[in-house]
Amino acid sequence: MEIIIYGITNSVTLTLIALGFSLTFGISGLANFAHGAFYLLGGILTWVFMNHLGVPYFLSAIISIVAVGLFGFFLYWGLMLRLRGLAINEVIATLATAIVIIEVLRYLGFSGFTYVLPEFIKGSVQIGNSWVDFQRIFLVGIGIGLIIFLYLFIHRTNIGLSFRAISQNERTAISLGIDSDWTAALSLSFGSALAVIAGLVILPLGSIDTQIGYDILISALAVGIVGGLESVPGILVASIILGFGQIIVATFFKAQWQTVVTLIAILVILTVKPSGIFGKYKELEERV
Amino acid sequence: MVEPYRYRKERIDRGIKARSDTIYMLSSYREMIYILLPRILPISLLLFFPIAVGGGYWGKVLFYSCTFALLALSWELMASVGLISLGQALFFGVGSYVAGGFNYYLKWPIILTVPVATLGGSFICTLLLIPVLRLRGVYFSMVTLILPLLFDHLIETLEILGGTHGLLSLTPFPNHWLAVYTAILAVILCLFGFRRLIHEDYGFVLRGIREDDRVVMAGGINIYWYKAQTIFIAGAVGCFAGALMTHYYQFVGRSDFALDNTILPLAGAVLGGPGNFAGSVLGTFILVPLSEALRALGGLRIALYSLILIGALAILPEGIFHYLERKYHQFERIVSI
Repeated sequence: MEIIIYGITNSVTLTLIALGFSLTFGISGLANFAHGAFYLLGGILTWVFMNHLGVPYFLSAIISIVAVGLFGFFLYWGLMLRLRGLAINEVIATLATAIVIIEVLRYLGFSGFTYVLPEFIKGSVQIGNSWVDFQRIFLVGIGIGLIIFLYLFIHRTNIGLSFRAISQNERTAISLGIDSDWTAALSLSFGSALAVIAGLVILPLGSIDTQIGYDILISALAVGIVGGLESVPGILVASIILGFGQIIVATFFKAQWQTVVTLIAILVILTVKPSGIFGKYKELEERV
Repeated sequence: MVEPYRYRKERIDRGIKARSDTIYMLSSYREMIYILLPRILPISLLLFFPIAVGGGYWGKVLFYSCTFALLALSWELMASVGLISLGQALFFGVGSYVAGGFNYYLKWPIILTVPVATLGGSFICTLLLIPVLRLRGVYFSMVTLILPLLFDHLIETLEILGGTHGLLSLTPFPNHWLAVYTAILAVILCLFGFRRLIHEDYGFVLRGIREDDRVVMAGGINIYWYKAQTIFIAGAVGCFAGALMTHYYQFVGRSDFALDNTILPLAGAVLGGPGNFAGSVLGTFILVPLSEALRALGGLRIALYSLILIGALAILPEGIFHYLERKYHQFERIVSI
């Protein structure tokens, strides 16, 4: 029973982490290595707004989501646009951005037990014979809600449709009057905002440590590589595989072996099916 | 409205460049010096530096610069096959741990550990990267970024190879000069060796793989075999740098897999001029002393390298070396159009 409950929450956590990364990558082909840094930045911004400026939690959460979203947008507009099309330079630039953000935050000393985000509702509930706190239930609920919302957003709104158009064929999309730079910048902005949302939901389960900026990036990449970077079903399946795999290994062997599961999953997938379980679009062109 | 005069900058090859590119190269001492100076000058400077700076603090910085220059050269070699690595720390760390492990547990002397770490470490890295050789571009970079971080995790959580404390009090080099001159000779050897390699038939295949791997495959060449060989060579250079550093500091620990060891060579190579081996050496020899001068910043230094990296990508994408090369070979003048 515990395995099922913690497996599900762990899977949803991984999904939440990987969603923003995959959204940006799927639309603009930009591998946003600053994903983990945005996750961290969002959490810390919220904390600063609450504890130094006395803004209520809900408001400061929204402010930091918007602020990081805008930061992502301007990062694209100011920097990535110059490097557009040079995939490698884009990756180096986003990685460098991530390091700047994380290391500056580390220098300012934002880590440790004082930096804790509040849970939405305190307390826990008994399911079967194990206690689950409300935050984990919220996490699963918000994860599922976010996937449904994103599905509707991508398939029903104009911005979502232009996202899909750009990812399918950029030139045709441009000829139909979709501004590809604008759309790509929006995609980075949305991806960053999703990273912050994930952070706000997940971070209350522990304290903020700057190192998670890198760990989150690794998780997002691992899920993306296993599932196929641009496909949402792939992300779901990969999160379930990795999430349950990690929990099962942690229960029956030792918690430390979780990283080994990730590593083995990545290597096996890359050897057997390099495009990931559900990857399809860019298989021939870019990956192999 | 009067159309304003417009000017443009015109670049013309120097006559001496045009002549010395051809068979007339040996026609005069002036032209021979023109060709030889850019090669002799850095070699003699490199050999002269250790004497000039002595064995103190700046001697250490020089050694540091050389190891990072080796890492940057190995990055550049992989980049010239189209494999963009974001994990030079993998080579560095594996090299350090192999050398440190043999020295610590089996008490092997330096003369054995360094070659074993160079070849064995590189073999391990190549085996690790063989499954991902089919990947291109960003995907390869992702895997190389993840691997050293996972190794770091493994050593921390499994408490193997000294765990979080690392392996202490390894055999040091007999003296500072031996260490520095080994590193400098390795840099010179790799720099000119790689330059030669990439212009041989072998290097032609490598550059072909970067430009268009399908064409090379269509030519009946097994590109994966070539990529594996390149990773082995690049890995050997990186592991050698790691092994040297281990014995120099008499310590091996998790910090060898840290992002610094990836970002600094990368920033050096990008700043100096991607696509050119001399550029990466130049870049690291600018960056490492600069970062030592800014030691007071502590943890912010890696953020600074990253800022320099972003700046170099956005403002000077051709790199310093290409700029200097242009100035040397061409002159510019303003002409009206």
